[in-house]
Amino acid sequence: MNMISEYINMKQIHDVLIIGAGVTGTMIARELSKYKLDTVIIDKSNDAGNMTSSANSAIIHSGYDPEPGTNKAKFNVLGNKMYPQIVKDLDVEYIPCGSLTVALEEEQLETLKMLQERSRINGVPVELLSKEEVLKLEPNINPEVKGALYAPTAGVIDPFNLVVHAMENAIDNGVTFLRNHEVNNIKKENDYFVVNTNKEDLYARIVINAAGVKADKIASMIEEIDWAITPRKGEYYLLDHYKAGLVNRTIFPLPSKKGKGILVSITSSGNYIVGPSSELADPDDLSTDAPTLANIKASASLMVPSIPFKETIRVFSGLRATCTRHDFIVEPSKTERNFINVAGIESPGFVSAPAIAEYVVNELIKPVMKLENNPSFNPKVKPYHRMHYLSEEAQIQTIKENSDFGEIICNCEHISLGEIKEALSRSCPPVSIKGVKRRTRAGFGKCQGGFCQPKILLLLAKHYGVSPTEIPLNEDGSYIIDHLIKEAK
Amino acid sequence: MRQIDLVVIGSGAAGMAAAIEAKKNGVNDLLILEKDEKLGGILNQCIHNGFGLTEFKEELTGPEYLQRFVDEVKRLEIPYKLNAQVIDLTKDKVITYSSKEDGLVKLQAKAIIMATGCYERNAGAIMLPGDRCSGIITAGTAQRYLNINGLMVGKRVVILGSGDIGLIMARRLTLEGAKVLCVSEIMPYSAGLNRNIQQCLIDYDIPLYLSRTVSKVIGKDRLEKVILSAVDENLQIIPNTEMEFECDTLILSVGLIPYVSLLNYIDCPISSTKGAVVNQYMETMIPGIFTAGNCLHVHDVVDFVSQEARLAGRSAALYLRNEIDNNEKKIAIKPGQNISYVLPQFVLENSVDDITFKFRVRKPLKDQVVMIRSGETVLGKVVKPALIPSEMVMVNLSKDKLQEVKDEIVISVEDR
Amino acid sequence: MKDLTCIVCPRGCRLHVDDDMNVTGNFCPRGAQYAISELTNPVRTITTSIRVTNRPYTLVSVKTTNPIPKQKIFDVMKEIDKIAVEAPVRIGQIVKTNILGLDSDIVITKNID
Repeated sequence: MNMISEYINMKQIHDVLIIGAGVTGTMIARELSKYKLDTVIIDKSNDAGNMTSSANSAIIHSGYDPEPGTNKAKFNVLGNKMYPQIVKDLDVEYIPCGSLTVALEEEQLETLKMLQERSRINGVPVELLSKEEVLKLEPNINPEVKGALYAPTAGVIDPFNLVVHAMENAIDNGVTFLRNHEVNNIKKENDYFVVNTNKEDLYARIVINAAGVKADKIASMIEEIDWAITPRKGEYYLLDHYKAGLVNRTIFPLPSKKGKGILVSITSSGNYIVGPSSELADPDDLSTDAPTLANIKASASLMVPSIPFKETIRVFSGLRATCTRHDFIVEPSKTERNFINVAGIESPGFVSAPAIAEYVVNELIKPVMKLENNPSFNPKVKPYHRMHYLSEEAQIQTIKENSDFGEIICNCEHISLGEIKEALSRSCPPVSIKGVKRRTRAGFGKCQGGFCQPKILLLLAKHYGVSPTEIPLNEDGSYIIDHLIKEAK
Repeated sequence: MRQIDLVVIGSGAAGMAAAIEAKKNGVNDLLILEKDEKLGGILNQCIHNGFGLTEFKEELTGPEYLQRFVDEVKRLEIPYKLNAQVIDLTKDKVITYSSKEDGLVKLQAKAIIMATGCYERNAGAIMLPGDRCSGIITAGTAQRYLNINGLMVGKRVVILGSGDIGLIMARRLTLEGAKVLCVSEIMPYSAGLNRNIQQCLIDYDIPLYLSRTVSKVIGKDRLEKVILSAVDENLQIIPNTEMEFECDTLILSVGLIPYVSLLNYIDCPISSTKGAVVNQYMETMIPGIFTAGNCLHVHDVVDFVSQEARLAGRSAALYLRNEIDNNEKKIAIKPGQNISYVLPQFVLENSVDDITFKFRVRKPLKDQVVMIRSGETVLGKVVKPALIPSEMVMVNLSKDKLQEVKDEIVISVEDR
Repeated sequence: MKDLTCIVCPRGCRLHVDDDMNVTGNFCPRGAQYAISELTNPVRTITTSIRVTNRPYTLVSVKTTNPIPKQKIFDVMKEIDKIAVEAPVRIGQIVKTNILGLDSDIVITKNID
């Protein structure tokens, strides 16, 4: 072995490096973990799925809407069919509730027919419903409704645990996840890439750019690109699960150039979500503002007049990685076959992610790298004990086996100490208050952590053996406790 | 399933007082369920004084006040469960609670007293405009961190909302070395007690800005800046009135909301106070389920919480002896001029006791008279030199007067 | 002539004191006492907390048994911060006598087992 290769070996050249641990990146990581590969996935955040993947409508779209022939149409329809198995394997809450796209004016019925035809070409089952049929399914829809397109294969998912569990499953199957790694630049050396991050240099033969709203920045580190990400911010209301039945599925208005419009939907946890707006924004802007929220309210109330906005428990915003090409980019860069861009993954990104992941591995990586099956690959995460979703006997049994599951920490959502400790014991554990909340729903209710945050903060500090000042709300730097007082002298 | 006469949910100022009174009125088969690791509820973190002037004729701190009730609970040998969170309730009064010690337990109660307190309106509920950074925290949570755990939430602080907890925290944070830059109140008057403005703000030269609210919070990871703007009479932000404060912490003291999730499960009617609709026995529209304290309506003085809870406790005893007849004629009680809400919302005609109406005014008023009317008939009137929204008002009506009532009673506050 | 807000109880009476120190606007005699004291030698009760050394992240609340002069508040706070106790502690337990010679003790206001 010559000096140079020895030097290279010391560098530990990974087979594949994925930039971005959102839904797309983690699904690709999981797909790659089916093979004997040295795969590493990095994210600038301290958690998986902390950007766009944690602030969106969490809809598993049916595929009635994307223009036939586009990547969006292809991956949406393929992805939709994969979900029933994925949610089983990854133990994620999923409600196959279907969606309704409603026409509030007579002339919009034409558009519904156009969408029906589009669905037929895309291979998506849909049904045109009369006013009476719509109101029977959804009594709270504006009685002026003229009709709707019903798409039974749409659903709502727990977006947080989908990403976290995909990450966990990938890690359990051999993938390495590096948090708080922000890429500064990338260059090609010999037959590998040097990815310079804020923490260290990383080396990999194949790089996958799944960097969401920053994907154009990452792609530009390799070559000049003829596309850009123009992030569009979507603001939302999240309402409490005060009562079932406000709506029973996802209600869309007719789609426009700006997107699918402001929807009203149930969520996988029985809450209601109303939004999103769609405005150009900076890639770091996650603020909300009163005028935009007022517009959302007005717009949504046209479809469902009785939305009780006083039940709002949170307003938030997310950024769509809208691309100037107006379609998903899933292709190698022009100059480097081993640098793969998976960019512009806006809606319907969640539903498409597993199909994109399969395509990336089978069609883009297999031609450039020999893949050997990973014989120990297990598609399933170890099941979680989410008490709320268990039968009463199962709850009693769970507490009998571990009494921590009887000790309730979150009063609003009834989340137990056992559930929080379980999340901490897994291979992609939370490091922040938000990380705990997204995994377990502790702090997700109407008091928004007012009662349980101090308990969870001290639990995290104890678990990681650090001072309470070290526990962030979300990203590192978002500390909650400034200092300790009256420390024993 | 264990059968039990009375379950009291919550062991704060209301729960303990209710249980003690029920026991004193002959209810022996009862149980208090407390979600936390000790009795006392939120009073455990209210270490300031001002409690007990009515109840004990002396000024106590929160923990001293609650200890008097704990001692009484123990003296009367009232059973209680700690770390026991009620997770379900049915209309038939089956309670499910979860605890580390007992696991999942179901109880069939004959009567229930809800004393679950309140929670704080937070950034989500008020749709706070701006970034989602850390350093934005409700006053009660900050109080818990500081007073229970010795953890300071910041160094340079702006407080939104002039409710009492916000004022108390302004003083508390100042005493522990933080710089409180100001308190901002969206209304043209303070939501807190006068004495707290004096002893928590004026004493420490902390400015109070009225008719101002937060128009934006700015911060990448941690809060960096708060922008306050003036509001007009419709509480809408007036452009170009911004005041900018560099700070690391924004404390929200923007209101308390009765915590009634369990009542929502059983479709128990809720009033404008966001607590249950009740009659003069503090009984909800579901016979045998009583409620008192901050889960019924938010109080400004804890002594009145205990007082109200005693009524609920005694009523539960009456109910268990079949001495409350829910089939009696119901007289509606309506808030009239200048009144935001009145409790109880209805009364059963043949009352065991005289009736105390509790209400709040919509805005500060001087030289007023409280009128209790049924149609044209004046049932009672009480002169009040000054009334402010932050102080609950109580007026009494003799039970004999109920015979003169037709369908409803209207309480109003009018110029003298 | 001076107008004050009484802090004796939650009622918060608006007190008026004339040049001859006659107090009006008070609901109870304690209001008059307060007004005179506030104009001659304003005093305050301090409520705060001290660390419990044998319990992690736990404070126990304390107060001054007598009000102390207003301008001494931060000096007294500094002294109180030097105190720490070991659980169990009981309400009424004195942890510092005659703090800074101000004729006021520091006393525990909460039971910790």
